[in-house]
Amino acid sequence: MIQQHLTLLPVVFPLIMGALILLPPITNSLVRQRNVTLLTSLVLIALSIWMVQIASSGSIQLYYLGDWKPPFGILFVADRTSALMVLLSSILTLGALLYATGGDDKTGMFFYPLFLFQIAGINGAFLTGDLFNLFVFFEVLLIASYSLLIHGGGKQRTQAAMHYVILNLVGSAFFLFALGILYGTLGTLNMADMAARIHQLQPDEQALVKAGGLLLLVVFGLKSALLPLQFWLPRTYSAASAPVAALFAIMTKVGIYSILRVHTLVFGPEAGDLANLIQPWLWPMSLLTLAIGAIGALASPSLRMLASNLVIISVGTLLLAAAIATPQATAAALYYLVHSTLIAAALFLLADVIGEQRGKPGDRFVSARRVQQPVLLGTAFFVSALSLAGMPPFSGFVGKLMLLQASSLPSIASWVWPTLLISSLAVIIALARAGTSLFWRVSGENSATETPPLFKLSGVWLLLLCSPLMVIFAGSITEYTRLAAEQLFNIQPTIDLILQQGAK
Amino acid sequence: MEALFAFSIGLLTAAGVFLSLRGRSFPVVVGITLLSYAVNLFLFSSGRLTINGAAVLGTSEVYADPVPQALVLTAIVIGFAMTAFVLILAMRSRADLGNDHVDGRLAVEPEEKKK
Repeated sequence: MIQQHLTLLPVVFPLIMGALILLPPITNSLVRQRNVTLLTSLVLIALSIWMVQIASSGSIQLYYLGDWKPPFGILFVADRTSALMVLLSSILTLGALLYATGGDDKTGMFFYPLFLFQIAGINGAFLTGDLFNLFVFFEVLLIASYSLLIHGGGKQRTQAAMHYVILNLVGSAFFLFALGILYGTLGTLNMADMAARIHQLQPDEQALVKAGGLLLLVVFGLKSALLPLQFWLPRTYSAASAPVAALFAIMTKVGIYSILRVHTLVFGPEAGDLANLIQPWLWPMSLLTLAIGAIGALASPSLRMLASNLVIISVGTLLLAAAIATPQATAAALYYLVHSTLIAAALFLLADVIGEQRGKPGDRFVSARRVQQPVLLGTAFFVSALSLAGMPPFSGFVGKLMLLQASSLPSIASWVWPTLLISSLAVIIALARAGTSLFWRVSGENSATETPPLFKLSGVWLLLLCSPLMVIFAGSITEYTRLAAEQLFNIQPTIDLILQQGAK
Repeated sequence: MEALFAFSIGLLTAAGVFLSLRGRSFPVVVGITLLSYAVNLFLFSSGRLTINGAAVLGTSEVYADPVPQALVLTAIVIGFAMTAFVLILAMRSRADLGNDHVDGRLAVEPEEKKK
């Protein structure tokens, strides 16, 4: 019975639990809230592992809400890519929540319900098969993220939230404009149905659909911080409290996932006259995003700012893979996406711990007193730095290697290789400078602050541990992402499955 | 009717874009509201404009596409909630930062610069 509804559960379960936490027996005590939320995230991990297991056989799970068959009604689709993304969000949730139990949840109201609502929105965006519901889930995750961003209060957060909220509201308006155009011309918003109907367009309608598709790129580009739309990210991410910033590490990936999904399925290589609609735009933009991220990383004054700029670099890298638009590149991108999300989140958490232990200067790169646990934090920083820079033996190396291999055609490689490798060099320099000034430029008295509870750091270690694990199990993971990318590009069986199931 | 409808949406959008590019938070909020009005009307028209058409089959000779009506209802509700949120946030930032500029700080006046 549960398996029948499995596709919907990662969305509905956190929603229900979030609402339950708001009710008296749980909402009265913080300890109960913590326990229930941690339990929820453990259940979510179990559910998503189950989902990955089912999806790894290659079958696509469909779920019709209210049993309205496609192209009508609300459709949820769980293929290999969706299942992997849901698993990623569940693991990330557990890490961020473990860290939040160390005291960040006390600084404001309703931390856990908002957190779970945001998870519901993120999972919904990964699982939906309908473009309008993608919009709805975007809004669900956004409104939770607005509140989470200002969690804890303070001038800086209000200032960052103002930009973030206004930008995203304008982005939502653009999304609706795009949906209106696409519905007006294609007559459907079910993604599989859209992909089937895009061949039957009149020439004058094609221009409109093209405009709609490119508007969607603007919206997803805003969410994923593509170059001209990335200016909000460093300030927002570095202002948010640590567990929230860690959770936000997956928000840019929601945008990238949407680009991969929509612009492969609907506007992909098989879309006739509109094939590969966004690739000419994505090429220069993603290269420039990488460059601006690298420059930002070199210029960052604090570890959080550096981590934010590293998020932009990972976005550039992933969109570069989306611009190459081959199954090999997408397979590499999926691997790199999982790695970069987890490690970036770990770095945000780590920046908070280091900042707390260094006293007033926080995580800024100036001399301050010694950190309380130099070996523990130093090792964690070292692992995350090597991972993010893409050095062996950690997961960043495997991801970048796969991407470089996927772009080995001379015409592509001449652009991709230099940009990717030089940006990696910039990351190494920036992280080396960060580590040196955070751990070695020590001055002043070593006043005693309380060491953080071990439980809090377990969140950081959980996320960091994923990096070596992703190398040890690289064989099976890359095999999975290869098959996932092939499934993503081989759209005809997906369309047939969804539409024929509907016709029955 | 189509021309008038299109003109209204265009005007609303232009006004919304202009206002949301302003520097103070109140015009920005109004701009976003206008933009969401425009987009709601636009979404409504994506099912084509029909007169005297019910959204239910069999109750009138011509029928209207019901999907955009459902979509626009959802969009209105979401847009309404978001506007309420951004209003509260604007008030909060006015209180926290001491001014109503979206950057949280006023641009330096030319006279002040000279001093």
